[in-house]
Amino acid sequence: MDANTTAIATRARFLNARLAGWVALAVLSCALPFVISSYHTFQVTMVLVYAIALLGLNMLTGYNGQISLGHGAFYALGAYTAAILMNSLNVPYWATLPASAGVCLVAGFLFGLPALRLEGLYLALATFALGVTMPPLLKYKALDAVTGGVQGIVIIKPDPPFGLPVNQDQWLYFFTLVIAIVLFLLARNLLHGRVGRALIAIRDQPIAAEAMGVNSAIYKSLTFGVSAMYTGIAGALGAIAVQFVAPDSFDIFLSISFLVGSVIGGISSIAGAVFGGAFIVFIPNIASQISKAAPWAIYGVFLIGFMYLMPGGVVAFLRIALAWATRRFRK
Amino acid sequence: MNIFWEQVGSGLVTGGIYASVALALVMIYQATHQVNFAQGEMAMFSTYIAWSMIHAGLPYWVAFVLTVLISFVGGVVIERVIIRPVENAPVLSVVVVFIGLLVIFNSLAGWIYTYTIKSFPSPFPSQPLFGFRYVSPHGIGAIGVTLVVLVLLYAFFRFTPLGLAMRAAAQNPASARLVGIRVGWMLALGWGLAAAVGAVAGMMVAPIVYLDPNMMSGVLLYAFAAALLGGIDSPGGAVLGGFIVGVLENLVGAYVIGNDLKLSLALVLIVGVLIVKPAGLFGKTLVTRV
Amino acid sequence: MSYKKLLTPAAVAIGLALSAAPALAAKHYGPGVTDTEIKIGQTMPYSGPASAYGQIGKAEAAYFKMINEEGGINGRKIDLKSMDDGYSPPKTVEQTRKLVEQDNVLFMFGSLGTPTNVSVHKYLNAKKVPQLFLATGATMWGDPKHFPWTMGWQPSYQQEARIYAADILKNHPHAKIGVLYQNDDYGKDYLKGLVDGLGAKAKTMIVKEVSYETSEPTVDSQIVSLKGSGADVFVNITTPKFAAQAIRQAYDIGWHPIQYLNNVSNSTGAVLKPAGLEKAKGVISTAYIKDASDKEWDNDPDMVHFKEWMKKYMPNDDPANNFNPYGYTVAQTLVHVLKACGNDLTRANIMKQAAHIKNLELPMLLPGIKINTSPSDYYPLGQLQLERFDGQNWALYGPIMGK
Repeated sequence: MDANTTAIATRARFLNARLAGWVALAVLSCALPFVISSYHTFQVTMVLVYAIALLGLNMLTGYNGQISLGHGAFYALGAYTAAILMNSLNVPYWATLPASAGVCLVAGFLFGLPALRLEGLYLALATFALGVTMPPLLKYKALDAVTGGVQGIVIIKPDPPFGLPVNQDQWLYFFTLVIAIVLFLLARNLLHGRVGRALIAIRDQPIAAEAMGVNSAIYKSLTFGVSAMYTGIAGALGAIAVQFVAPDSFDIFLSISFLVGSVIGGISSIAGAVFGGAFIVFIPNIASQISKAAPWAIYGVFLIGFMYLMPGGVVAFLRIALAWATRRFRK
Repeated sequence: MNIFWEQVGSGLVTGGIYASVALALVMIYQATHQVNFAQGEMAMFSTYIAWSMIHAGLPYWVAFVLTVLISFVGGVVIERVIIRPVENAPVLSVVVVFIGLLVIFNSLAGWIYTYTIKSFPSPFPSQPLFGFRYVSPHGIGAIGVTLVVLVLLYAFFRFTPLGLAMRAAAQNPASARLVGIRVGWMLALGWGLAAAVGAVAGMMVAPIVYLDPNMMSGVLLYAFAAALLGGIDSPGGAVLGGFIVGVLENLVGAYVIGNDLKLSLALVLIVGVLIVKPAGLFGKTLVTRV
Repeated sequence: MSYKKLLTPAAVAIGLALSAAPALAAKHYGPGVTDTEIKIGQTMPYSGPASAYGQIGKAEAAYFKMINEEGGINGRKIDLKSMDDGYSPPKTVEQTRKLVEQDNVLFMFGSLGTPTNVSVHKYLNAKKVPQLFLATGATMWGDPKHFPWTMGWQPSYQQEARIYAADILKNHPHAKIGVLYQNDDYGKDYLKGLVDGLGAKAKTMIVKEVSYETSEPTVDSQIVSLKGSGADVFVNITTPKFAAQAIRQAYDIGWHPIQYLNNVSNSTGAVLKPAGLEKAKGVISTAYIKDASDKEWDNDPDMVHFKEWMKKYMPNDDPANNFNPYGYTVAQTLVHVLKACGNDLTRANIMKQAAHIKNLELPMLLPGIKINTSPSDYYPLGQLQLERFDGQNWALYGPIMGK
């Protein structure tokens, strides 16, 4: 066979492998809730929820270079929008998602506008301030009637529609999975195309980007908006899964967890969001099992360990490992 | 009118707390161009070390000096052992390491010392000086100590060769190496100094707020805001920023919007100032070459 | 009379009796129970802003360790699975579901916090899992009609605040009241009790209400505001760290109101001593548990026993921390319920026994205070006694109030 045919054959084999991988993943995700317990299904649903939230953060901080230490605030905004609509206005759970998305898109954009003036550390402070402000705002006396105050709002878990033979946890898992897939595909299209390149250009060489005609201000503010929207949708899904919202669930530690999860997963990647979500959900539990007395010390050790081993995040590490493996086995 | 001045006085005292931690933050920033989020927890841990010594019977000033020295060494060790491996990693990865340190110190303190609050003694007299009632004697003493540390640091960075070497290493490591500065050790030294300043801050703060593992968690945000308000590369700005934040927060809480939202409003005001003056009140505006 | 004729009927009777005996001592087990073990679950904030309360879980675990070393209850050891939820409701939901669905615990015991327990309230009742002896004084837990599987333990915050309100109306009817409260469910519950207790006069008597967040370093500014309002009665609804700050600051700025301190923070050793004993003179509070740092109980045999227990099972911890006798006493209440269940360790029987506690006196409760429950009364403890600090000790006074 000549060189061209070999190249085509290799590429075909590679694409086949990738396709097989995706099909396997699809089958696995559909089968999962039927082989694991309800409780674990709930946990995996939360991994997906956080993955969506982290995807929003990755978009903003990884691709666009705008650091945010306050994304927990948008998560809270989305969660409360969903909770208030479901509780006070009896809006069906699926209809709260567009509402949360809309509210957070606008909120993110409005925050992004003045934030244009801030760079690096100063932007970090502004977003940190946003994250810290959320709980007191949610507890504010005058808003008690709407937000339920410190007692929070209890949400009723949705039942599977059309009498499908799945339980509530399984239904919620599939619902979240479909939303996640749609959002991830959307993000992929956005970020791997012109928009993504513009964002990266703004991150790496802002002045050159402007000189080339990229409207930095609009892109940056819109990115803030879209990023907030993603995290807000995640917040709504999270509220439905947990069936409860309360102001102190959304404190600054949530925002910091998001940042940590993003970095650990790989902040400039889309797949990294899933790894980050898994980290946020599972590592604290593992740390508790290792040490009853000082579990968060173990968590801190995990954080530092991950950063030593994989400074670019899990995804970067996997890419390097995969490249190394393919090189070895190509011979 | 009395009450107004009492609020101002109490604001100066809390402002002094923020100022001293902000000073440590600026210190680390000047030496390493990184913001150490674990600064507060390290200061808290140093204060616990001091408490253990005092509890074991050592006189206050002996424990004070020993703690400062131990914290200095601890800071150097942390930089060399824990931060060095990620020196060349992306900024955010280093931030995650800082967060890891924060969580470790907090958890260890809770495990070793439990969460019951502990009294920490003050070296200053307890009777108001000259009947001045608006700020407690310890408050005045703590503010004084902060200012002394500030002056010492300023003198160190401005007038000593070592201080100059540290600033050079932070601003331009490559060139600094070319002139023979051992950049790695300058960074470690910066961490050591910041840890020592943090320990002093902790020991001044603890008599006011009582010592417990969560003593510094609230302070860090304010200190961060203060440091940025004053300009992250200006120690004097950080201290002034601390006092402004302390007094502002009290006055906003007492007269403008009530305690529920005073934090939010104070932060909005600070961010507002930063939007107008993006490098802080006394910071240097960076001019980048295109 | 031939005794031989009686032999066969006697043999049959004995045979029947012997075969019936196991049926009489029949064991009914719910999930998590074996002949040698009872598994129970708990969520506690061992991390995060409320981590101080984790001490309660620690004390309970230590008490069960002692019980287990002494042979357990009816031969069964207690396996307490206490999980950290960081005071975050989503985490509470996750941990509770894990304990119920994966670890198959018999019931949830003594979980801490109001929003945290609210987040699993409906779930546990729907699954018919007892949510027993919650570590929170919120008033909402005593609702057997709607939530028959949930029961609190301590006297409710609102009840305590109403006692203070009654005292103020009686002894200081023209007072100007200033309130400092923590801006969360606990603080707001107390405030409601105070306002309800003052009735129509609340609007005129309360001249200033100020709140604080646990993330604030000090409450000094709030105290200055209260002084500026001209209040001469101070209702101090704070957790230990902030209580000490408030007491000290009030004294230092020359404000000497009549002070009512909530009983979460009235430990002599853990709060008043750091604040300054002379600065706390005259402070009024209530109590239902003996304070280990109060000299009044130094020679009390129950207190001596408690201190010895602490030395043995919690050597690094401070008896002065009120959370320790609290945890000790809740654990004892549970042991009483489990003993009463005998071999019928089903979830339904656990709730039944918990709802039939009659006049239970426990060593660390104040003399005269008893635990009582019934199917319509899900408030195990409802009695408090007023006490005033004399600069050295708390002096109990007045009658035992409450049900």
